[in-house]
Amino acid sequence: MLLKVENLQAQIDEKQILKGLNIEVKPGEVHAIMGPNGSGKSTFANVLAGRDDYEVTEGNVEFDGEDLLEMDPEERARKGVFLAFQYPVEIPGVSNKLFMQTAVNAVREEKGLPALDMFDFDEYAQAKIDLLGMSADLLERSVNVGFSGGEKKRNDIFQMALLEPKLCILDETDSGLDIDALRVVANGVNALRSEARSFIVVTHYQRLLDYIKPDHVHVLFNGKIVKSGGFELVHELEENGYDNIIQQYLGE
Amino acid sequence: MSEVQNNAELTQYQEINDLLSKNKHYKEGFVTTANVETFEKGLNETVVRAISAKKNEPQWMLDFRLKAFEHWKSLEEPHWAKAVYEPLDYQDYSYYSAPECSACGDACGTEAQQEGIDPEVAKAFAALGVPIEDENSNVAVDAIFDSISVSTTKREELAKLGIIFCSFSEAVQDYPELVQKYLGTVVPYHDNYFAALNSAVASDGTFVYIPEGVRSPIDLSTYFRINEAKTGQFERTILIADKGSYVSYLEGCSAPVRDTYQLHAAVVEVIVHEDAEVKYSTVQNWYPGDEDCEGGILNFVTKRGICEGKNSKLSWTQAETGSAITWKYPSCVLKGDNSIGEFYSVALTNRRQQADTGTKMIHIGKNTRSTIISKGLSAGKSDNTYRGMVKITPTAEGARNFTQCDSMLIGDQCGAHTFPYIEVENSTAQIEHEATTSRIGEDQLFYCQQRGISEQDAISMIVNGFCKEVFSELPLEFAQEAEELLAISLEGSVG
Repeated sequence: MLLKVENLQAQIDEKQILKGLNIEVKPGEVHAIMGPNGSGKSTFANVLAGRDDYEVTEGNVEFDGEDLLEMDPEERARKGVFLAFQYPVEIPGVSNKLFMQTAVNAVREEKGLPALDMFDFDEYAQAKIDLLGMSADLLERSVNVGFSGGEKKRNDIFQMALLEPKLCILDETDSGLDIDALRVVANGVNALRSEARSFIVVTHYQRLLDYIKPDHVHVLFNGKIVKSGGFELVHELEENGYDNIIQQYLGE
Repeated sequence: MSEVQNNAELTQYQEINDLLSKNKHYKEGFVTTANVETFEKGLNETVVRAISAKKNEPQWMLDFRLKAFEHWKSLEEPHWAKAVYEPLDYQDYSYYSAPECSACGDACGTEAQQEGIDPEVAKAFAALGVPIEDENSNVAVDAIFDSISVSTTKREELAKLGIIFCSFSEAVQDYPELVQKYLGTVVPYHDNYFAALNSAVASDGTFVYIPEGVRSPIDLSTYFRINEAKTGQFERTILIADKGSYVSYLEGCSAPVRDTYQLHAAVVEVIVHEDAEVKYSTVQNWYPGDEDCEGGILNFVTKRGICEGKNSKLSWTQAETGSAITWKYPSCVLKGDNSIGEFYSVALTNRRQQADTGTKMIHIGKNTRSTIISKGLSAGKSDNTYRGMVKITPTAEGARNFTQCDSMLIGDQCGAHTFPYIEVENSTAQIEHEATTSRIGEDQLFYCQQRGISEQDAISMIVNGFCKEVFSELPLEFAQEAEELLAISLEGSVG
């Protein structure tokens, strides 16, 4: 088991958002988490990444056999948790290259690997740029500065490729993307799928999932997973919306 | 008048060590135990005369001091800067302090100085990384300890090219015509309160003369060290670049950790002749004081240069991280046609530091150009102000200025302020002014951390990104030092 979440409860500003969430993710699996606005999807993604705005009040999260909740955000990242942001942040004056070289070397240090110098890093990064079919000037630009919405999301996928995480969490990466940008992101994710790498794809829409085809789909409502199923659940939701499932859950 | 003290009183050092342990962020905060000669506290005409006598100065220098002192007495301490502090008690400072060297007389020649340098003082400079004994260093250094210059390196090498690089006191003795010709021409003694004070009690400083057509093959530098408690440092630096010459001059400074304010009121005058170029870089790391900035350096400095000749160029680059209060506006008077003035500044304030800094660009000649890039960083409970003036006089046909002032806030209890003054009296001038304010957000930090980068590395990365345009103007080793200083000064600023 790569990730085991048990009875996870979390709050922000004294407001309870997650109310007992359970999920298990095996290596290589792709899980989708869907749900209406305010159901706690983004909270779950951010709690896993360790954002300190959120306070975990109950529950356990085991990642690769270790207690994830005990770790600082950077420690989680170094151990292989990656979050693709809903709104990637701009850092003026810092080149993507320096930023990612620093990040890659932090992760390598954790793995006991020697740091990559500028030349080695260039070579390594070029291979990832080729793999994802991205433009070569990506590295030279300041982190996300002057990027379009689509470019920012693509940059996050590129970073994901560089860091080679074990668990990739995509927090509504598809929001605000046109169909072409969506396809680039989806292709990137598919290119990075492997037997050892798992994904949690948080999304509001089924569009992205049509490209990614997750193994498991969960519906989150009111801070809990109220229904789980296979890829077919995506189409059920597409036809009937969340209401049916929520009514069913509330009726039980 | 003067008394000789042996400063190894145990209690005082315990106290300072205690202070030091609370100020780990300031690694230059050690105290040197040397035998020093320090004047009693207080300021009056007798003291001014005594300083002059101590340095065995000619009459004209004493007259200059006395004239300035008379004028200073008629002035009031200025408090228009955006910094809050109690008026200073000028009688509570000592105006002369020098390590004693048995081998030299009162007016030390440098050769004698080299032999006679106090081993403790030498150790202090070695600890600070100032190469006063390194034959292979690629910079020439004038090392100033409290009121006097203790060592000036590479002089013979430079002398072969006709370059004069010595302490100000020596210049008064050895090159009186040059000093008389330029002293007070760019910053007159009546310029402002602190310039008047400096003119009266000027301790030591550096004198540089680059002859016509000579490019200085190495960087020249001065390192200022205030060691004695309750001592003011009032250095006077004059730098002259004759026709077609070039020099890159660097300046660094530090002081031990103390629990009372120390005063530093320097004057720097730069004269750039036709086709000459001067690059003047400063890394200012004076002790900023404790968490409340008690005991830090009050850095009240007047720096000004004149581009006297055609096609001359003066470039100020500064990284300001220290001092409790900074009041400093390195300026350019662009008198020669086509002359160029530049000001690149990074000013960082943390804790309760207050910095009011900027520049003045005075355009007089035709087609004169100036560039101002100012980056202000405020953290903790500090206040950081950019104050700048661009003045285009009626004769400055075709003058151009570009100003960019960026402020970054780190945390939510600090302040950033921008006061640009623009006076244009010639309609052919082109002036551009850009200003931004941003904040290091939790979002930026979390983004970096989520990529595996530690919080401290993330802050220095974000800050250095912000300062990049200015650091690229600094000489390489200096740029590195500035980056490191920023990182140290920012420790614990977010949390």
